[in-house]
Amino acid sequence: MSKAISLPQAVEMIPDGATLMIGGFMGCGTPSRVIQELVRQGRKDLTVIANDTARPGVGIGRLIDARLVRRLVATHIGTNPETQRQMIAGEIDVELCPQGTFAERIRAAGFGLGGVLTPTGVGTSVAEGKRTVEVNGNTFLLEEPIKADFALVAAHRADWQGNLTYSLTARNFNPVIAMAAGTVIAEAAEIVPTGAIPPDEVVTPHVLVDHLVEKEAFNG
Amino acid sequence: MDEKEMIARRVALELRDGNLVNLGIGLPTLVAKYLPVGVQVSFQSENGIIGMAAAPEHGLENDTLTNAGGGFIGAVAGAASFDSCMSFGLIRGGHLDVTVLGGLQVDETGQLANWMVPGKMVPGMGGAMDLVSGARRVIVAMTHTAKGEPKILKRCTLPLTSVRRIDLIVTELAVIEPTEEGLVLRETAPGVTTEQVIAATAAELIVPASVSEMPIAA
Repeated sequence: MSKAISLPQAVEMIPDGATLMIGGFMGCGTPSRVIQELVRQGRKDLTVIANDTARPGVGIGRLIDARLVRRLVATHIGTNPETQRQMIAGEIDVELCPQGTFAERIRAAGFGLGGVLTPTGVGTSVAEGKRTVEVNGNTFLLEEPIKADFALVAAHRADWQGNLTYSLTARNFNPVIAMAAGTVIAEAAEIVPTGAIPPDEVVTPHVLVDHLVEKEAFNG
Repeated sequence: MDEKEMIARRVALELRDGNLVNLGIGLPTLVAKYLPVGVQVSFQSENGIIGMAAAPEHGLENDTLTNAGGGFIGAVAGAASFDSCMSFGLIRGGHLDVTVLGGLQVDETGQLANWMVPGKMVPGMGGAMDLVSGARRVIVAMTHTAKGEPKILKRCTLPLTSVRRIDLIVTELAVIEPTEEGLVLRETAPGVTTEQVIAATAAELIVPASVSEMPIAA
């Protein structure tokens, strides 16, 4: 069974106002065709949960450029002056989260946990309004899970069923966001027949992937 | 040799054979260039790799091999790539031997502020809070003053990165070790007097009977 659907179809499933987790780290490992299509279809008032907004014109930066994002949960926006400008102008609501905590909050949602206890941020402004928990004499912050309506995943290789592998630093948040969203849409650099990826190499098992974006046709 | 190069050369002497090391962006990145002969370390980039190396020449880059700033890198033979949960598990879980980070302020208790200036610069903390909370050893590599203003203070006035006491401050003037008793002056740079260091520091410095001259990696 193939999960492949066309790029426009994939993006048509995403309504205005949706909460999206998007893979990638400074554009590396970000599903760029899906991003481009979101811009083309003008999907707006989005909540984006992603490590960063890369730079203007790059990766998630394109959603920022097109002013499609209403709320952003990220770890770092320093490389994108446009995100900072929109934040200061009050056009976008930004929640900043330490990167390790960000990964674990997503993991908690995807792995069915009620939250995570982390030493990161204890005693800093990150701890404001959060509960602390003592375990064996050490203080931890209770950080709550975050989940999304859609996860937009970039993979290196997919098979027709949706098993995914990743390449080098393009892996980053992609495997964990594939666990934490209602609907998972994957875009892969290469799509191969089911069975071509050895089981030991599969990082994201196919059951997590709802839709696979069809390859761009270059010839044929 | 400019002051940043000098700081990087001194920090390089802190790295030990076999260490897993994470270098922050900016000045700390320079440290990789001055590893002493015979010392082999593994560099982690928190976006998901151990075994980061210099980028290949232009035209040979791999689009999926980048550092935390999004720039192209290379990888050594034996490198390992992994996802962000693993990357920060390595950092928080006590598996990272050393992190070298830049600093905006460090205070008498050894606490570091390096991630935001309210109302002026709000880039986000990225991985800095996890690195300072979790690394076994935290070295702050920074210029001693900014526009003539001391960066080593009685108390940080900027938002803290962590309440953890960092392990070493290396500047172009001195090497200072935060301890339970306070900031101990360990070394002064060649040609720099203890008085000059004290004058450029807005925190109390504990000056032991002997303060050595800062060695600089070749």
